[in-house]
Amino acid sequence: MSIFSLAITVLVGVLFFVLFFHLSNFLLDYFRVKASKNFAFENSVRVIIFIAPAFIVLFVFIIYPVFETIRLSFYDKVGENFVGLFNYTWAINDPDFRRSIINNLGWLIVVPTLSTFFGLVIANLADRIWWGSIAKSIIFMPMAISFVGAGVIWKFMYDYRGPGDQQIGLLNAIAVALGFEPQAWLTIPIWNNLFLMAIMIWIQTGLALVIFSAALRSIPIETLDAARIDGASELKIFWSIIIPYLEQTILVIWTIITILVLKVFDIIYAMTNGQWQTEVLANLMYDWMFRGGGDSGRGSVLAFCILIGVIPILAWNLYRHKQEQKV
Amino acid sequence: MKKLTFTSVFSQLLLLLFVIAWIVPTFGLFISSLRDKDVLAISGWWTSFTTTEVNEIYRTKGKEDQIKEGDYYFIKSNLFDENQGKEIYRFGITSKNIDEYEVGETALFKDETEITVFENGDYVWKSREEFKKKKGKRIFVSAKSPPSFTFDNYKEVLLKEGLGQAFLNTFAVALPATLIPLIICSYFAYALTWMKFYGRDLLLATIIASLVVPLQMCLIPVLTIYNDFGALFGVSAKSYPGIWMAHTGFGLASTTFLLWNFLKTLPSEMIEAARVDGATHYDTFIKIVVPLSIPSFASIFILQFLWVWNDLLVGLVFLDKHPSEIILTAKLKELLGSRGENWEILTTGAFVSMTVPLFIFFSLQRYFIRGLVAGSVKG
Repeated sequence: MSIFSLAITVLVGVLFFVLFFHLSNFLLDYFRVKASKNFAFENSVRVIIFIAPAFIVLFVFIIYPVFETIRLSFYDKVGENFVGLFNYTWAINDPDFRRSIINNLGWLIVVPTLSTFFGLVIANLADRIWWGSIAKSIIFMPMAISFVGAGVIWKFMYDYRGPGDQQIGLLNAIAVALGFEPQAWLTIPIWNNLFLMAIMIWIQTGLALVIFSAALRSIPIETLDAARIDGASELKIFWSIIIPYLEQTILVIWTIITILVLKVFDIIYAMTNGQWQTEVLANLMYDWMFRGGGDSGRGSVLAFCILIGVIPILAWNLYRHKQEQKV
Repeated sequence: MKKLTFTSVFSQLLLLLFVIAWIVPTFGLFISSLRDKDVLAISGWWTSFTTTEVNEIYRTKGKEDQIKEGDYYFIKSNLFDENQGKEIYRFGITSKNIDEYEVGETALFKDETEITVFENGDYVWKSREEFKKKKGKRIFVSAKSPPSFTFDNYKEVLLKEGLGQAFLNTFAVALPATLIPLIICSYFAYALTWMKFYGRDLLLATIIASLVVPLQMCLIPVLTIYNDFGALFGVSAKSYPGIWMAHTGFGLASTTFLLWNFLKTLPSEMIEAARVDGATHYDTFIKIVVPLSIPSFASIFILQFLWVWNDLLVGLVFLDKHPSEIILTAKLKELLGSRGENWEILTTGAFVSMTVPLFIFFSLQRYFIRGLVAGSVKG
């Protein structure tokens, strides 16, 4: 499509919603003036105008699909015949599924831990150094890049050439310079998962960093100064004051990254597509959605497994929300 | 100026190490996208800043270019197609001995013709008899190649590989997929904050629960709805409006939540005063709330825009892979599969896909960070 027709499409799409709100409210005001002032009626109509579009979208794209996916997980590949727990027993006996569960657990342990740890360390370092904000900016930058883009960046880093050739991937060039054999990093089972996780850590450390930086500023200076006057070392201050103070923040960052990691898809899909034992749930699910015309039953089971992973976090969020509302 | 203590030096070095580790991958990609594709395939990007030594093969011109001077026939030309600033220091005429001769020396072929190669690639090929072959001979050269960068790769990917179109497509997806949720969620968040209605708390709890629902839970049913809808009205199931609404749906919870978080910090006296003065909720929203919310709109716009721009999964499921619909990330993934060894295309393509996010990042970093922090510390 030409740039012109694309622009028209975009404009029409956005204007549709602007006009919806404008016209519906205008009509309501118009009839309010004409008819008797029935405030209760007017208010409820306006509530509906304000809420309806968002609610319909929420219902069609989130609420209904969640329950439909759960229902589909008990049905066959076209979603017509009830098959009971068949899809679940298939999953438990499927080697790819087991591999995915193990890998996802690995991702869940390694990525949030290291991202949070690096973010915390860098936030602390950068806070006390005059060029800290530039450093933060640079480390935060990967947050803006797509997972696929990051995939290309790192695939280039991991590039492999035969032992005799010049290496063009930085990692292998370093390995060769140190006297090791070059490796095709992404094809070494078990270890290749770590190389894929490195990409996610590279991206998510920036998130942890900026949130920690903001939180660090909320630590009262007096507390830190008092500790310094008493002769506490910087390391001691870090462990005994900063970490306890940031407990809540650490937990929040941990959950954000955990949710992201549970859904990790792009990196695996772009880099290995689950080969060499790097399969994860989200990629396997995508695979089953389209493999051989699609199997909505198996796809749904896999999606449901991801949901089960986030349910503790979901419950915790709701609990905290309730606590906040009470205050 | 602080004293240079061991701790401060150590922390500076440690931070520097982190910075280097984080910037080097992206920097390498950027440098590689500016290198000549032949050089890129055989040498690491870190060698591109210094003069490197390369071994290359060229072919001389054939009989058509010969001229007769006196008793001899000559072919005079330059080995390089264009001046790349390379300096030849040795050359050879057989693959067994590729650096047999010093530059400026004369080499003797088996057919008793002679060739002299000069530093800048000029050569003089001399023969007693007329040259008969159409094809020239192979010349092996060892040359020093100075650092050189080019925009050729960008021309190639944008025009020939179809990344230019994909770039436009991504805009056509991302702009409405950011503006539509912003519009409908701002009304929604206003209603959740300032309007009283039955079921408000339940709705709010639903939003908070939806925040963490994985996208994968929604894909299959939504795709089924789209397919049925497409079949019913005889339109394609994969279309721009379709993906806008999908992104709106998947971004709705977070957009609403962030806006709600912001709106509840506005002083309620102000809103109530406006209501007492007889302003409708619509007037209050447009005239008071929207102007006050511009900074938070900016943050949310950036977050959602980057999310949509960088998304791959939704684009794969709800758009065709046809050139008129394919988005950048999907295109890049396609190139990874089909042109996996053509690093000049991959590095350049990746960098093209990163231009808009990086531009936003560097120009609007403040809003970006504010949005992220607001979404996390409170959520």
